Amino acid sequence: MLNNTRHGKLAAVAVMAATALAITSCGSSESPAPAANAGGSSAAAEPVTITVHTFGGGENFGYDKAVETWNAAHPNIQVKYQNLTDRFEDVYLPQLLQRLQAGSGAADIIAVDEGAMGLMKARPQFFTDLAEYGLESRKADFPAAKWDNGINADNKLFALGTDIGGMTMCYRTDLFEKAGLPTEREEVGKLWPDWSAFMEIGKKFQAANPGKSDPKFLDGPNTLYNVILSQEAPKNGNVAYFDKSNQLVLETNPAIKTSFDLVKSFSEAGLTAKLASFTPPWNAAIKKGAFATMGCPAWMLGVVSGAAGDENKGKWDVAAVPGGAGNWGGSYLAVPKQSKHPKEAAEVLNYLTGKEGHVMAFQEAAAFPSSIPAQQDPAVSELKNPFFNDAPTGQIFGASVKDLLPTFLGEKHAQVKTSVEKVLEGMDQGSIPYDQAWTRFVEAGVKAAG
Amino acid sequence: MTLHVDTPAPPRPGPRRSAGHRGPGRSRGFARFDLRATPYFLVSPYFLLFAIFGIFPLGYTLWVSLHEWELAGDKTLVGFDNYTELITDGAFWNAVVNTLGMFAMSTIPQLALALLLANALNKRIRGRLFFRLGVLLPLITSVVAVAVVFTQLYGRDYGMINWFLSLFDVDPINWQNQKWSSWIAISTMIDWRWTGYNAIILLAAMQTIPKDLYEAAAIDGATARRQFWQITVPMLRPTIIFTVFISTIGGLTLFTEPVMFDGNPTMAGGTTGQYQTVAMFIVKEAFRDFDFGYAAAAAWLLFVLILIGTLINYSFTRRIGGSK
Repeated sequence: MLNNTRHGKLAAVAVMAATALAITSCGSSESPAPAANAGGSSAAAEPVTITVHTFGGGENFGYDKAVETWNAAHPNIQVKYQNLTDRFEDVYLPQLLQRLQAGSGAADIIAVDEGAMGLMKARPQFFTDLAEYGLESRKADFPAAKWDNGINADNKLFALGTDIGGMTMCYRTDLFEKAGLPTEREEVGKLWPDWSAFMEIGKKFQAANPGKSDPKFLDGPNTLYNVILSQEAPKNGNVAYFDKSNQLVLETNPAIKTSFDLVKSFSEAGLTAKLASFTPPWNAAIKKGAFATMGCPAWMLGVVSGAAGDENKGKWDVAAVPGGAGNWGGSYLAVPKQSKHPKEAAEVLNYLTGKEGHVMAFQEAAAFPSSIPAQQDPAVSELKNPFFNDAPTGQIFGASVKDLLPTFLGEKHAQVKTSVEKVLEGMDQGSIPYDQAWTRFVEAGVKAAG
Repeated sequence: MTLHVDTPAPPRPGPRRSAGHRGPGRSRGFARFDLRATPYFLVSPYFLLFAIFGIFPLGYTLWVSLHEWELAGDKTLVGFDNYTELITDGAFWNAVVNTLGMFAMSTIPQLALALLLANALNKRIRGRLFFRLGVLLPLITSVVAVAVVFTQLYGRDYGMINWFLSLFDVDPINWQNQKWSSWIAISTMIDWRWTGYNAIILLAAMQTIPKDLYEAAAIDGATARRQFWQITVPMLRPTIIFTVFISTIGGLTLFTEPVMFDGNPTMAGGTTGQYQTVAMFIVKEAFRDFDFGYAAAAAWLLFVLILIGTLINYSFTRRIGGSK
């Protein structure tokens, strides 16, 4: 083939040229980008785009209106808001960690669920110090515990609070009516001062719905478990799976065992629809009314209304939760160090976690504001939620967060939470016998923490 | 690494000839170099790509597997600790058993069915092209779409299969909840997608078998069945070995179908890991529990597992239709 050397040489030159071209074009496509960005941040007049990434089902963070308002008023700082997924622990968080590690791909402002704040606090190298941009001045706006959770291992302020998870019980008025139970929210709340009363109502409900395909009283074990845990943890030093020195206390913390036992008793009584939360069958069951009650932290209202859709508007309502106040969830916003425009990002973050942003997010997704000025704003305290039969959610959640003490969550909280909840699902669905469930629960937690 | 200039040159009179053409000196040296190097240069893109996407990740994974390596966190060298821990990890072996189980459950019927299907398509039937294209159709649908549809079919509460069973007063089956039921569901997804693919490959090989073999056999009075077992299958041996290889590798790296079947992407494969495959185990360790080193070690063990599996299958299939 290479008898003609001239031909061979030509081919070789051609290949070399092609390769060289490929290499240089790869290089050149990357090099102008940072240069352009650098120019953008130094010249303030040039428009800058700030990306915001969040997570969550249904209405998620409820930033549509807030972003629209900001963009209209700030032509030079345009915000691009994107809700990446409805799953935090197993989709959003791994992706975020990879992007932080890779040094690119994370948004200018990222949302972090309370459950992963321990993990983020332990990685201060990835985050911008918000005090550099004057956000230290917001301290008075937040309850002390919410504020302190935004301080990382280097003692720098890296995140500000968005919502907070005061607790209620969501219920279907139409299903309650059919079962012969009261439907008015004050009366419904009085039905269940504690969890054992709740259990009795559940049995009554199911006696009225004995059929195989009739609605069940509860969705599944996970929601119930987290609601109870959020009430029990404050009674036991405000810790869940980890103590404040990050040691696993899953087996010894009475809060965990109490919550587990209660959930087990509800499952044994057959009161659950055996669903795993935040899965497609769970969403379908919300839409079809396959269960009557569900523990609802404030943000869950947005999830429910989003999953149930407009055709179920007014069928749901909100009542007091058995067992008193608790906090499940609530998120934070932070600016990763890789952001090209930290100053503008901090400005937007300040707006979204400020009174105006909080109020709009509450109106849109029922995410109850963690900042005190927003909580006191009449737009929040007097708000009624039309999807939930015009329930005065502002008043209900305002009352439920009054004495709220957030629980300490360790660095590996999210991993342990995911693993032990699998055991609860297995127990509820019958793949794990009830008498083995606690052992398996502890095993799963220990393994995930190790 | 693939551009070794001083590897043995082809025994050609190249230098002498080009010397005659071009005269002595530098250009002679260049021509010599050119003649020896160019072939390597021309084949190099493949090897470069292979080095970047094949060898490097393999080596890097090995390097990672020797560390306690946290995603976006600390890393410390721990030697073979990850491997020793893995070998005593019940969850890992559970994943291995699941993978092998689903592999056997899906691959054996799939290849048998493909062979029969190919044989049928090889006959003179009306609309052959239509049927041949038809068996390939499942392959061009996205695997995610296949998994989503099948997962809906196997849904506990609103699934079509449970609805069908309810017509005969059978209680709804929670397909995800048991090993046997989840394995069946996942195996049907795999078979639906890959049977046609294997059938087409086998069909192509069947068409290269000389027709006179069959004619001679027919004259000798061999039945169609006998012709199939004594002519078709032995002649297809290399192709069957190929399909078994491909299916082994595909089956042991099974991932998308069980993940989609789970509904939530925790990679746990059911509440007690009923259908967690090794590939899912790796992703769970790396991207759910952020333990990169452990996941890398599991990836290496999977690599070894595939090598062993392929060897076993090779020694098994090479006996097909062995000489009598």
